Amino acid sequence: MDEEDTRDFNERCAQCSEVNWGLTDGGGFYCRSCHNVIERTREVVNTDFITNSRVQTISKGSKKQEKSEGGCEWYVCEGFQLVLKKQVEALEALGVHPQMKDEILCNFWRCYLQKSKQAYCKRPAAEAVKTLSVCESSTDVDSDPERPSVLHLLSLSESEGDLQTDCSSFASSVSKVSESTSVYSGSVDGSLYLMKNQKEKLRMTMPMTLSFCYMALLWMREPITLSEFLRFVVEGHIPYLNVFEHFPEKMKLCGLDLKIFCVESWPVYEEVFNKMHELAAYLDLPRFPDITESCFLHPDMLCMKYLMEANLPDELHNWTCRVVKKIGIGEVDFLTLMPGNKSTRKVKYDVLAAAVIIVVLKLLFLLDDRYEWLLSEFAEERNKNNTEGAHYFEFKRWYEVVKHSLDVKQKKLDEERAKYLWRCEKPLFYSVKKKSKVLKRRQMVVNLQNQFGKLSGSVQRAKKPNPSSFQLSWSEENADGSCFHGHSLKGVLQEKCGLLTAMNPDYWLCTVKLCNEKLCGHLAHYREVEFPQSYHFVLGLFSFLLRIQPSYIHDEVCMIEHKLFNKKLYKKLKYNTVLRK
Amino acid sequence: MGSVDFFFLFCSVCFCCLVSSNEHKLNFRKSKEACLSYVQDALLQKQWKRAAEFLTCYVESLEKDYSREHISPSEMIWRIGTEILWHHSQSSMKEFNCFIEQMKTLGVKRFLKVCLEHVFHLLCNGQIDEAYQNLSLAESWRFGEQTAIQDKEMKLIQAYRGLLDYYSWSKQKNILLEHGEDGFSDLAVEQEMHGYFRKAAVNLKEIIKIPGVWDIFVKSYVDLLEFYGDHNEAHQVLNEYAYNSKFPANPNAHVYLYQFLKRQGESKKSLISALKILHDIVPSHELMIDFNTMLQKSKKRKKRRLGLEVIFTALDYAGWKENAKAWSCLARQVKQIVISEKHLDWIKQEWSSRKDWWPAFHFSRYLAKRNWQENKSLSYEKALVAGLLLGKDCKYFKYVSHQGCKAQLKRFRMLKKFVNRHNLVYMRISGPPDSSVQP
Repeated sequence: MDEEDTRDFNERCAQCSEVNWGLTDGGGFYCRSCHNVIERTREVVNTDFITNSRVQTISKGSKKQEKSEGGCEWYVCEGFQLVLKKQVEALEALGVHPQMKDEILCNFWRCYLQKSKQAYCKRPAAEAVKTLSVCESSTDVDSDPERPSVLHLLSLSESEGDLQTDCSSFASSVSKVSESTSVYSGSVDGSLYLMKNQKEKLRMTMPMTLSFCYMALLWMREPITLSEFLRFVVEGHIPYLNVFEHFPEKMKLCGLDLKIFCVESWPVYEEVFNKMHELAAYLDLPRFPDITESCFLHPDMLCMKYLMEANLPDELHNWTCRVVKKIGIGEVDFLTLMPGNKSTRKVKYDVLAAAVIIVVLKLLFLLDDRYEWLLSEFAEERNKNNTEGAHYFEFKRWYEVVKHSLDVKQKKLDEERAKYLWRCEKPLFYSVKKKSKVLKRRQMVVNLQNQFGKLSGSVQRAKKPNPSSFQLSWSEENADGSCFHGHSLKGVLQEKCGLLTAMNPDYWLCTVKLCNEKLCGHLAHYREVEFPQSYHFVLGLFSFLLRIQPSYIHDEVCMIEHKLFNKKLYKKLKYNTVLRK
Repeated sequence: MGSVDFFFLFCSVCFCCLVSSNEHKLNFRKSKEACLSYVQDALLQKQWKRAAEFLTCYVESLEKDYSREHISPSEMIWRIGTEILWHHSQSSMKEFNCFIEQMKTLGVKRFLKVCLEHVFHLLCNGQIDEAYQNLSLAESWRFGEQTAIQDKEMKLIQAYRGLLDYYSWSKQKNILLEHGEDGFSDLAVEQEMHGYFRKAAVNLKEIIKIPGVWDIFVKSYVDLLEFYGDHNEAHQVLNEYAYNSKFPANPNAHVYLYQFLKRQGESKKSLISALKILHDIVPSHELMIDFNTMLQKSKKRKKRRLGLEVIFTALDYAGWKENAKAWSCLARQVKQIVISEKHLDWIKQEWSSRKDWWPAFHFSRYLAKRNWQENKSLSYEKALVAGLLLGKDCKYFKYVSHQGCKAQLKRFRMLKKFVNRHNLVYMRISGPPDSSVQP
């Protein structure tokens, strides 16, 4: 055995000039002839993974168990930390204040790690203490005597079915692995991470990274709404899909890590929103900075933005402000987030603003599929006869113009959804065995993409469009009069006792009674056939702009109406209920 | 070998989901489903560029496990990609071949099928040698138990190779015949020819044992057998093909048998029996004229009766409306029956189900004018039939005979006389089955 290790060393001994080397117990070299010990030590070859036919790295004197191929140990929370770092850097590139990265998000994250006992605490449960630096861990994972079986872990379905099917095919192959091997993951604690009892610790997920970001954005009162933020994510301006591409080479991602870090669906507004609030409570955060009238997120500001985007007259802004004031949703205490306060309804700023606009439209135009068209005809007549003075707003023309643009954009969006690419260059594989198959497949996919890409003609993969806050834009310079911002509402208003009121005397409520949101998840239940087409149209318009289901906007509309007509509802007066077709 | 629009055959099997525009959630699966439906739309509208565009985005599906789906993405990509590359203007045969080779590696369970369809495409493109090479390669493929599972495709591959061997044999035979005419005898060519025969015969014989529709294989095999004088075997093969109940009903089988028997100079009796089933399955077949001609001349009453039925039935079909030969057959038989005054009840039986619609279908005034303008012989025969079945006052006969007499054509004058003479026949034919009416 000595011979093997010393065979390659042919230097002559300094003392006796012989080449006859042996090994001490400590692994050092000594000359057999004269017992001269030199400084050279035996190179430790870790035999643990010689069974793996891949190239081994030989570490000098280190007994650290390396996973494979020069990878390093890393913990799942390190991965998430990287993800957050990338996301916040992207936000910075979009113009967010650097303070968010250096102070706010950083502190939120540290607080989270502390609360979930993953770091910054004395004795974290079942897991090693570690620093936040990557790839320098020097302690071993506590061996958990009750290692969960692979199948048990994989049956915890949290992600979509797609990964589930992959996992089941993976399970059958891994179950052949010997029992002594740990459950497979590139990260150290991947398997532990997926165990069920982590729930009370608010386990980190990919959608939750977005919740973190949004929470920080809200704290900083940055001029970006959640719907806009999520839209940027989907458009690729914020790393989310395939963010593991940015992990350093040494952080090998495989096995169960895929279940944690792989994303195969677009983030859902409600999920991110709810998780954010859960997180804020979990971290015991104090009251967030006040949302005042000058804030972007204040309904008055957001209404202005959405009115512009929806191509509605600026004059409507007065009305939205009036409604906001009347029902008190512009108050600082209403708007500002107070974590852990279960009695107040959580405010979705963007949805709220959209709902206010819809309520105002209902106030002025009724939107019962008759009245708004009548008003429109009067306005049209008047506009024909009076070419001077402000142009009266015609609902019909507005509908035509906006519907046309909306249809075009929707069609484009539908095609983009179909053409969405989910995979990236960095291949994912569950185990080393599957790696070659995965790589081969990837190569084939790339070949096919090249071949058919060339046949797609002049249509090239469009570069990522620059992120823009406005999806629809209307310019008053257009001669075709397709911009309605400057139009006047005179046609629908009348003066009474010195005040401008709506000519429309009626109003229909979306619902007479609100549901219990905690029980059935909604305040009301929206079904298209039960409501007028015009109402459905405006819901659809804002649904497109905010990228959420119309039913959520409908909920807010119901909420606002009930606040607005609270007294009248209470008195049960003559105003009619939900219109039936 | 017709066009290879295999995609459209299974298009109906594909799921086709339209993306609802109010749906704002999206995951991998839904995204790819939507992508696939865009591809299918583009294909159905023959927008190859657009189809390629969306297929480029769809190929990612290969990196996913879809083992529970009915049709896997790899199969979709193979079929769709084939269609696009076949029809796209910028695509070359080289690219096509390169693509197919990739597809062969994608799914071992489909390997032989892909090979076979590739061969079809090559043949459509006139690349016979390449097709032969591919067939030979495929024939030598072995893959454990898959070889046994894909046995049917293997048989087909062997059969098509046999067919190409037959094609080569045929070329050699023609060369030989030419040289023979010129007085040259070419031993080498002859040997080659015999070699091809042996190879072809072995494979063709195998495939036609299996129940199926093998028209081209049967024809080729029979051709070979006939050339080498093995008429018994040829007859047996054709009999099997036509009469074995395990084989699907195939009009061509009977046609081939009939043509063979005719070539062999068989008796009318056997020729007639060969066409019987053809009449049952395809009453509008063009051979019905031959059939009727043979039956009319028969001494047996039953056969003559069948002949009348055959010709009436054939003329029920729109494709026969302007067939002068068919009308002349019917006219001849009807005339013969009327003259003999025997078996008028045959005509009555045939006419009873037709008298409501044949007048408008065949004997309208408009058709009279048109037939007269376009084809005088046709109008002659039809007028004869119309005059006898509907009487001299029917529109068709009146118009045509008038025109014919005006043009001073002798036969029309004769026609007029004849019909006038037998004018009451129509009443006896059309009347109710009445014992007072003498046949």
